[in-house]
Amino acid sequence: MCSLEKRGNLFILTLTGQSVEHRLNPHLITSIIAALSQAKAQSSRGSALVTVSHGKFFCNGIDLDWVNAVARSNQEAQQHFDHLYHSLKRLVLAFISLPMPTVAAVNGHVAAAGVVLALCHDYVIMRRDRGVLYMSELDKGIGIPEVFMALFRAKISGSTRRDILLRGLKIKGEEALKMGIAEAVHDGEEGVTDAGTEMGDELAKRKWDGEVYVEIRKGLYPELCGMLGMTSNVTATPKL
Amino acid sequence: MCTLEKRGNLFILTLTGDDQHRINPKLIGDLLSLLSQVKAQATRGSALITQAQGKFFSNGFDLDWAQAAGSEQGASERLLHMVESFKPVVAALLSLPMPTIASLTGHAAACGFVFALSHDYIIMRRDRGVLYMSEVDIGLTMPDYFNAVFREKIGDASARRDLLLRGLKMKGDEAVKRGVVEAAYEGEGEVRAASVRMAEELGKRKWQGEVYAEIRKGLFPQLSAVVGLSHKTIATPKL
Repeated sequence: MCSLEKRGNLFILTLTGQSVEHRLNPHLITSIIAALSQAKAQSSRGSALVTVSHGKFFCNGIDLDWVNAVARSNQEAQQHFDHLYHSLKRLVLAFISLPMPTVAAVNGHVAAAGVVLALCHDYVIMRRDRGVLYMSELDKGIGIPEVFMALFRAKISGSTRRDILLRGLKIKGEEALKMGIAEAVHDGEEGVTDAGTEMGDELAKRKWDGEVYVEIRKGLYPELCGMLGMTSNVTATPKL
Repeated sequence: MCTLEKRGNLFILTLTGDDQHRINPKLIGDLLSLLSQVKAQATRGSALITQAQGKFFSNGFDLDWAQAAGSEQGASERLLHMVESFKPVVAALLSLPMPTIASLTGHAAACGFVFALSHDYIIMRRDRGVLYMSEVDIGLTMPDYFNAVFREKIGDASARRDLLLRGLKMKGDEAVKRGVVEAAYEGEGEVRAASVRMAEELGKRKWQGEVYAEIRKGLFPQLSAVVGLSHKTIATPKL
């Protein structure tokens, strides 16, 4: 479902598995959370994490097949969906509390909950030549859960938020760069993946204290962190 | 440490000397005292320019003074003391009954940057000087009001992230482009002249100071609350 590799100070989280679309279901989510736990346990000053994927999709949203598969009624489907939503909240929490800078190397299409996954990272790099970022909910007639809204409010400014959520735009790399969603764009899957690891290495070189880094991140996103049940720690003693 | 000059309708607050203008209890005391004076002498059409001499606008809290406490515990306490006692400076600027301009001819870092952001407008140099939140690099977390200043004064989420989470050293042109500052000019002389021009233009509007301050506080409700300011609604318009 996903694999974790350590290359020097850089953790590389790869979305693997049979599914070409890397859709989020409880198995994949649990697998990612476990990998993040491992990275956290092995982290030190100057750690960083980059998430990569391969193929046409970075992540195409939640696994609706899973939601509908075992459900014998609408009520059961709703229960599965709720379960999935709670798992996604735990996934967001795991990323936001990771004590190191994080980069999403978005190699292809990213939609709905996949966008949420990408935005969980501190930085997003996209492909210039292929792939779109698309919040499909409006077109599909699905509402957007509160935690996801908080994530958008935290990470994306004003009219861009409206354009992504209320306008059903399919945003290509260059556009995402201009809109301030993506940090950089590169050509080709390898281009994006390489840029992602390069950026991870660069951020790692700053040798930031992981605990301080998380606290500063929490200060940037107080509404989201409050919703995720994260509390603030006492000010760390600086190395004066 | 700092001086106050009145030039027509303009109040000019200058951090004097060639040093880093580190923010310590002495400077904080002086700033509070001078800002009180400015408030007392305010009239319609007043404006404030805060400027500094030398290579720095301000390089943040006086960590040397904190360290001089002699122990880790002592240093922490001194730092916390400075963090708390700077809040009234932010409060004083937020409630000052006139437009305010931070005229940056040098670097503004950490609390120095927050000091600048506590003004209505920032004008800086494009050829020299950076804006920099050093905390992530030195392993310090942000006081609550620092986060509030950034959240309410800088609209662009990625600019906030780059400044706070990435320790970006932002130069004039980028700061203008990303909406962090009002304008950037070439050289110290041009920055000072532009600041005076802007202050005079704003002064010409002859705004009623009390109303100005209330509208300002309304723009920054979280920051106002965090630094202990309350907000009045003034009902009587001049219809």
